[in-house]
Amino acid sequence: MTQPVFIALQTTDTGRSIVDAIVADNPLAQAVEYPAMVKIDSPGRLVVKRGSVEERLGRRWDVQEIHLDLISLAGNIDETDEEFSLQWRKA
Amino acid sequence: MTATTAARPAKRLGIKEKYALMTRGLGWDTTYQAMDDVFPYDKFEGIVIHDWDKWEDPFRLTMDSYWKYQGEKEKKLYAIIDAFQQNNAQFNIVDPRYINTVKLFLTGVTPLEYAAHRGFALAGRNFRGTGTRIACQMQSIDELRHAQTQFHTISHYNKYFQGLHDATYMHDRVWYLSVPKSYFEDAMTAGPFEFVTAISFSFEYVLTNLLFMPFMSGAAYNGDMATVTFGFSAQSDESRHMTLGLEVVKFLLEQDPANVPIVQKWVDKWFWRGYRLLALVSMMMDYMLPKRVMSWAEAWEMYFEKNGGALFEDLARYGIRMPKHYEVSIKEKHRLSHETWNVFNNYGHAAAFNVWMPRPEEMDWLSEKYPATFDKYYRPRFEWYAEQEQAGKRWFNNTLPMLCQVCQIPMFFTEPDDPTQICYRESSYHGMKMHFCSDGCKNVFDNEPEKYIQAWLPVHQIYQGNCFPEGTDPTVPGFNPLVEVLKYYHFQLGADGGEFNTSPDRANWEKWTGQDLSAAPQAKAA
Repeated sequence: MTQPVFIALQTTDTGRSIVDAIVADNPLAQAVEYPAMVKIDSPGRLVVKRGSVEERLGRRWDVQEIHLDLISLAGNIDETDEEFSLQWRKA
Repeated sequence: MTATTAARPAKRLGIKEKYALMTRGLGWDTTYQAMDDVFPYDKFEGIVIHDWDKWEDPFRLTMDSYWKYQGEKEKKLYAIIDAFQQNNAQFNIVDPRYINTVKLFLTGVTPLEYAAHRGFALAGRNFRGTGTRIACQMQSIDELRHAQTQFHTISHYNKYFQGLHDATYMHDRVWYLSVPKSYFEDAMTAGPFEFVTAISFSFEYVLTNLLFMPFMSGAAYNGDMATVTFGFSAQSDESRHMTLGLEVVKFLLEQDPANVPIVQKWVDKWFWRGYRLLALVSMMMDYMLPKRVMSWAEAWEMYFEKNGGALFEDLARYGIRMPKHYEVSIKEKHRLSHETWNVFNNYGHAAAFNVWMPRPEEMDWLSEKYPATFDKYYRPRFEWYAEQEQAGKRWFNNTLPMLCQVCQIPMFFTEPDDPTQICYRESSYHGMKMHFCSDGCKNVFDNEPEKYIQAWLPVHQIYQGNCFPEGTDPTVPGFNPLVEVLKYYHFQLGADGGEFNTSPDRANWEKWTGQDLSAAPQAKAA
């Protein structure tokens, strides 16, 4: 069984664009809305792509700007200039 | 300098290069003094580190970016707090009972943020690895920021509501606040590796989602914009802290097989310590939030059983298993909040927040969320309390409860397999009998008895006469020990605690907002 990773983001203006980008780039991701936040679960892996976020925001976006809207996460992180990903290693 | 070199700007560094240069690149090995003398505390716990350079902080955040993003978070936060205050937004809260969660948070959790600031400064000083030191340094600054923003935010509520006037003083003395205080001091008095395993991994990674996510989302749901804002501002740092926690544990496990049993023992201990602390959160979620986001049982299933389960499955390759006694937490999930609120409701006259019985529709919500337990074990008792209250016989318990030697919570938890029997455990140490609420707490004690026999247990201290204002004479006629203890706590008698329905907070709310709270249905008498 592939265990879920998750990310939770604030429903701020930027946060909404990040959520939209994640849902578009991760077909298996499931977003659930709570008051003031969205939690997205995804089996095994989840990726946030700079290009996809920028497309939705209509401006430049540094991957590390995710810190401003992030609430919580689970999974091993990898961070480059192009993307931010979460994953559990396959057994 | 020649014109040609000045005209050619250096290529912008990528995240990974920048991180390497600005963390490892800034560290050095001491030569005038031996490294072991400079870092004397990172070996005595038995943890073996072969190569500190194998440590990697997955968030490649360098100090310059850190200041930039933290500055931005602060500006956003204080702009919102300003607007909140200007617009009297405290009156937008859906129900004034809600404020009591903020009271418990400010007196119980905010001082822990300050303790964490101190703890991470100390841990950062004691690790010889550069990446680890920088992560601890950032976290130490984060935690100070959290303490400050929480005080700034909540100080506004202090102008309108009772019980918020002396949080740090209370934190060091009040009976239920000794629960979070002793938890953190237990961690701070351990070695640096145990400290980060306790706080960064067991608390931040495994358990903190249960504190911040439902509580801050709950604040939004209940119209408290101020708390949502400081809460999520703090939580945005928390993701970095959680990551530090996971990284610490993976690093220790990868460095040497001898570390595995040590880490497992810490995970067992700190899971249980943290879980017991969260009993306070369970009652906040199920009873103190007038509009509820999810039940404690649902939150435990989501964040511990599902997400925590995934984490421990990932760690299984190192030989780490689920924390000892985790199955008890699953057995308790349908009763934890009810048992806890029951006791706080009985001792509300000695607390710095108000208590109340759930209204009929709230009881129905509890029945729906806890079909196997609420109607059977708790509803009849709660309806009886409500009936007594309506008959003018509001009941409070005037005897002091026995406390668990380890978690310091009154011994009210029930047997894992029998919700009708209080769970008592005991150990003997040098002829003294020690009492515990659970196998989990007994296990913690038995591993380090010499630490826990020193616990400052509020009830013992009251009985020893150490919790009265200076100069109190207990021999004078009419001496009332409870009143004197509450004065010692700096509580305002008759204002800070007790029944919500007869509280100054309720009366003020009706006066200021024009709402008639008696129109809200009261708990029905059985």
